[in-house]
Amino acid sequence: MSPLDFTVEELDKLFDLANDIENNMQKYAKMCEGKKLATCFYEPSTRTRLSFESAMLNLGGSVIGFSDAGSSSASKGESVSDTIRVISCFADICAMRHHKEGAPMVAAEKSTIPVINAGDGGHQHPTQTLTDLLTIRSLKGSLGHFTIGLCGDLKFGRTVHSLINALVRYPDVHFIFISPQELRVPDYIIEMLKEKGIPYEEVIRLEEIMPRLDFLYMTRVQKERFFNEEDYVRLKDFYILNKDKMDLAKKDMLVLHPLPRVNEISVEVDNDPRAAYFKQVQYGVYVRMALILTLLEYA
Amino acid sequence: MLNVGKIEEGFVLDHIEAGKSLSLYHHLQLDKLDCPVAIIKNARSNKKGKKDILKVECDINTLDLDVLAFIDHNITVNVIKDGEIVDKKELTLPKEIRNIIKCKNPRCITSIEQELPHIFVLSDEKKEIYRCKYCEEKYGKRL
Repeated sequence: MSPLDFTVEELDKLFDLANDIENNMQKYAKMCEGKKLATCFYEPSTRTRLSFESAMLNLGGSVIGFSDAGSSSASKGESVSDTIRVISCFADICAMRHHKEGAPMVAAEKSTIPVINAGDGGHQHPTQTLTDLLTIRSLKGSLGHFTIGLCGDLKFGRTVHSLINALVRYPDVHFIFISPQELRVPDYIIEMLKEKGIPYEEVIRLEEIMPRLDFLYMTRVQKERFFNEEDYVRLKDFYILNKDKMDLAKKDMLVLHPLPRVNEISVEVDNDPRAAYFKQVQYGVYVRMALILTLLEYA
Repeated sequence: MLNVGKIEEGFVLDHIEAGKSLSLYHHLQLDKLDCPVAIIKNARSNKKGKKDILKVECDINTLDLDVLAFIDHNITVNVIKDGEIVDKKELTLPKEIRNIIKCKNPRCITSIEQELPHIFVLSDEKKEIYRCKYCEEKYGKRL
């Protein structure tokens, strides 16, 4: 339900498995033969859904499901509790995305099969966080002892909140929050960092801190999180990463992004070897494969 | 002045804010107990002018009174045995409260899911902060 459901040791085990999958894909190709994944997506998210489906297909399993609430019995008024009880009869594991916060937890309480939270409103998106952690660990060799800049919509961006909460469990991580005043990281996160004595900085301009970063985590200013169009249009272009800003960064700095990108990373950055956001998508498949195997107790 | 007799075994909940005794009656689910309950409204109080009192004659292990700590710290819980006060119960904040407060987050699943209980979990005892079990919406008693 949340990235914090796993201990640091359990996460290490999960990431070891994901890395083994990365290097020995064939070994896992039939592990889930005869098993079915149900993707219950009450709101559209092509990327996450396809990543889950790809993960299950890579393991030799099959996939059933729906990709928006309109094509499910939710449109007839069926509760999440009833839907998952029915799905439990059809599939061996379920990945659920829902626009209502906490819906996958309700499903997990009623389900007889494992339920993975594939995103619940603005609340949690744990498999994205697992993806981010695996990417950092795989490309850097370890989690901890680095400076990470988080840039863009830090107020509504759930991926950012989840990532911060996950990273504070690792040693010597320095946070730099880069956002306009209106989209600052929420107070409860700042309070949590203060309580734990974890160093952080808040800055307005991306350029000034570029040379100090080991990772830059870019986020989209999400239109659906705004209540009015005007605010969205005014803020969305504030923080665009381009070649000039990349020139200020360390040679081994890495750029991450949960995707989809709108225009916050210029296309010219894509060919820079430090652009890791498409590799991140691939790690997303590996970590979901590892998660499915773990939850189905094949790991 | 109205007189309500002594009880032999049970609880006397004293210093309830005037007018709140009926809601406490429901929160403690006293309606489900088959035992004598006296609800005294607007009794005279030296401190506050008036107060409510609840007298419940029951086995002292029957009731979970921790929810009182969430509702009102000032309530005094007198434990009665053989017609005498034998203890004044210390109230501690409950780890979880169910259907006492409602989640106000319109994006929470509790806003649409049929008959889903509103459960809040104690996340910070010192600051008396509870969070919705489902969406983690904050409910602070000191807000």
